[in-house]
Amino acid sequence: MPDVVIVGAGIVGAACAYYAAREGLSVTVLERGNLAGGTTSRGEGNILVSDKEPGPELNLALASRTRWRELAAEFGPDPFELEEKGGLVVATSDPGAAALTRFAEGQRATGVETVAVSADQLHDHEPNLAPDLPAGVLYPQDMQVQPVRAAVSLLAAARSLGATVACGEEVVAAERGPDGRVTAVRTRTGRYPTDAVVNAAGTWGGQVGERLGAPIPILPRRGFILVTEPLPRVVRHKVYSADYVENVASDVAGLETSTVVEGTQGGTVLIGASRERVGFDDTMSVEVLRRLAALAVRLFPFLADVRLMRTYHGFRPYCPDHLPVIGADPRVRGMFHACGHEGAGIGLAPATGRLISQMLTDGQPDIDPSAFAPSRFAQVTTG
Amino acid sequence: MTSKSERRFDVLVVGAGPAGLAAATSATRAGARTAIVDAGVAPGGQYWRHPAPSEHGVSAAEVAHLHHDLATYHRLVAGLPAVAQFFQHHVWTVTRDRRGFVVHLVDRTGGGEQAVELHSRRLVLAPGAYDRQIPFRGWDLPGVMTAGGVQALLKGHGVVAGQRVLVAGTGPFLLPVAAGLAESGARVVGVHEAASPPAWLSELGAVIRNVGKLGEGAGYARVLARHRIPVRARSVVVSAHGTDAVERVTTMRLDHQGRVVPGTERTVAVDVLAVGWGFTPQLELPLALGCATRVDVDGSLVCEVDDEQRSSVEGVFVAGEACGVGGAALATVEGQIAGAVAAGASSVAPRLRRSRAALRRFAQAMHRSHPVPPGWVDRLSDDTTVCRCEEVPFGALRSMQQDLVGHDGRSAKMLTRVGMGYCQARTCGYAVSCILGQEPSGTSGFAERPVSSPLTLGALATSCPTENDPPPAE
Repeated sequence: MPDVVIVGAGIVGAACAYYAAREGLSVTVLERGNLAGGTTSRGEGNILVSDKEPGPELNLALASRTRWRELAAEFGPDPFELEEKGGLVVATSDPGAAALTRFAEGQRATGVETVAVSADQLHDHEPNLAPDLPAGVLYPQDMQVQPVRAAVSLLAAARSLGATVACGEEVVAAERGPDGRVTAVRTRTGRYPTDAVVNAAGTWGGQVGERLGAPIPILPRRGFILVTEPLPRVVRHKVYSADYVENVASDVAGLETSTVVEGTQGGTVLIGASRERVGFDDTMSVEVLRRLAALAVRLFPFLADVRLMRTYHGFRPYCPDHLPVIGADPRVRGMFHACGHEGAGIGLAPATGRLISQMLTDGQPDIDPSAFAPSRFAQVTTG
Repeated sequence: MTSKSERRFDVLVVGAGPAGLAAATSATRAGARTAIVDAGVAPGGQYWRHPAPSEHGVSAAEVAHLHHDLATYHRLVAGLPAVAQFFQHHVWTVTRDRRGFVVHLVDRTGGGEQAVELHSRRLVLAPGAYDRQIPFRGWDLPGVMTAGGVQALLKGHGVVAGQRVLVAGTGPFLLPVAAGLAESGARVVGVHEAASPPAWLSELGAVIRNVGKLGEGAGYARVLARHRIPVRARSVVVSAHGTDAVERVTTMRLDHQGRVVPGTERTVAVDVLAVGWGFTPQLELPLALGCATRVDVDGSLVCEVDDEQRSSVEGVFVAGEACGVGGAALATVEGQIAGAVAAGASSVAPRLRRSRAALRRFAQAMHRSHPVPPGWVDRLSDDTTVCRCEEVPFGALRSMQQDLVGHDGRSAKMLTRVGMGYCQARTCGYAVSCILGQEPSGTSGFAERPVSSPLTLGALATSCPTENDPPPAE
């Protein structure tokens, strides 16, 4: 009988499976669709510290960044395409420049490396930037990973440590013993006896939680990404406009767009990122694409003549307080959550997986997980 | 560009090949305010591809002998003056609005790019098809071309692709390609058809009802005979060789199961190899609108349509190859029906229904008798390029499968970059889904393209949002 069933084979489920298997636990991963087929495959592969204000999420991000580097050393850099390219955040107005400087000062106090970049230095870092930008901040710790490769590699490593991965298995319910503890997870076609279950279903973590008797408030936030034709290396860093920082922490329901532009190893340039709360609406929005294109051209004027080749979109899992849910559920014994990472799931996955494996084995957690506890939600404590 | 009121239509037809031309003329005849949109410079699509009027050296008259059934073409084009025409306009996506559909286009008439939008209550999608390709050793050498590409050079530009050409693959389309080349001065060293010659005899019923189509084939056969072009059945090109371009190809015999017979290798000197394995319908726009699909007899993903060419999406009609590859005559009939019904016609002439049914049976018979022979995957070596845009070799796909659970096209793309390049899997999608053990073309993962024609970010950024349009008067 497995010690733990992990629901979801995205990056977070893969990291949980890998670290739990490394602790010697018997692991089964159940995935409704395909490996890394959900939000993991719909982003840019961000491992960022630049976009986070001081607080528990930044602490988790710093810890996770260290884990990513460890994993890359362990697996070799190639399977992940891990690239320590650094982020360059640029202000587009003088008030924006002042806000960015203050934000960076706060981050520096908690251990984030930041380098102030003046207007005349910007082009030393990014030669193709627009000529009229007032200032920027360089974040050497920002990194990039190919998230599907990373998830599949972590799952392959977990399998070589004895884990089982089953695709096409949609979880429908948990069985519980007389003491209320989880005893098995049922899928549409099968039954998996287990001592513990980890909800790593990402954007669908709210639904999976509900099916397992432990609902949590996770909602989708749609984002579009534009992909250009392949180019020689024309964008060196992850380049953001400073308003990205404000949007991530925003509670506005409507469409928000701010610019994230970066090159990839394949030669394409990725342009994000929009944020909309429109449920799981799958339809293409030309208006969103138009705004993303306009913002990208504002930062990098040469992009006006570059062709858009493809677009994709995905659904970030967000909680009302924009923090992930990591920890034991007080309502169902043996039930853990590891989801709700919004747009930061790739970056935060290894630290999340480590925390979960430490909780499963009653080990000492690397970092204080209390801010991520499911019990912070009223519905969890009263339900 | 035209004023706002001139951008709203009752029926908008995408594609100006046989199906689209027929749809537009029949919709406008039924009284609908109709527009037709096409990427090309002139009506005709691939089948009736014509040289650009400004191009030097070749005129429409000079390529007229390459065309079949030009009478129908001239009759359809004669109906176009009543239709709003948007040539050199590329549709990059289609969305819906409150009153119907918004067709998002890139206007390339001025040499640059300008994004424009047209509105229509109903759509007839007639996007056509392109050559289906299968990788083999050496298929990425210069001089190895698709049969359709060779034909397009000839019809569109009067250019003969090579001096010594071998035509190979399967299907009735190989004959007009070989005949056109021979009539234009190329030496066609052979037509290598993978199917057995009498295969269609088992489909005699369908064939007899289409003696016209057979006559067409007989005409090409006469041309081949006059030029003494050898036609070899159950023969396949297994590899192409050369240093900077193709110099020789190796052919092999196929047994009755379609497997190569060892020891039958023959080497032929060529400077162009034209290969055709049938066609892949362009489904970007129907898929973007959510139209239901099915897998056709030839393994292609096609749109489901009802007896009146309606797709599963209200207001969207599909005609021609996108609802099943069947050639120009079938496409024309489907277009006529789709255009008339989209324009509000209450019934379809029984003559058209009968004609469509017969032509469909003929097309299905041809598909059944010209399958892609099995075994081509076994002939790939690890270093054979499968995805040419991203230079993904067969070996990368094989080794990736060890890490996956099940057959998963989407993960294959993300892990190997197969199908992620400039052509967006148009070239390799069919082959990759076969290699991954999926039903050929059965997954829309290699057919969905949210941007169906690339456009510059500048054109997109400066396009005028629909949302700002005032609501038009009814």
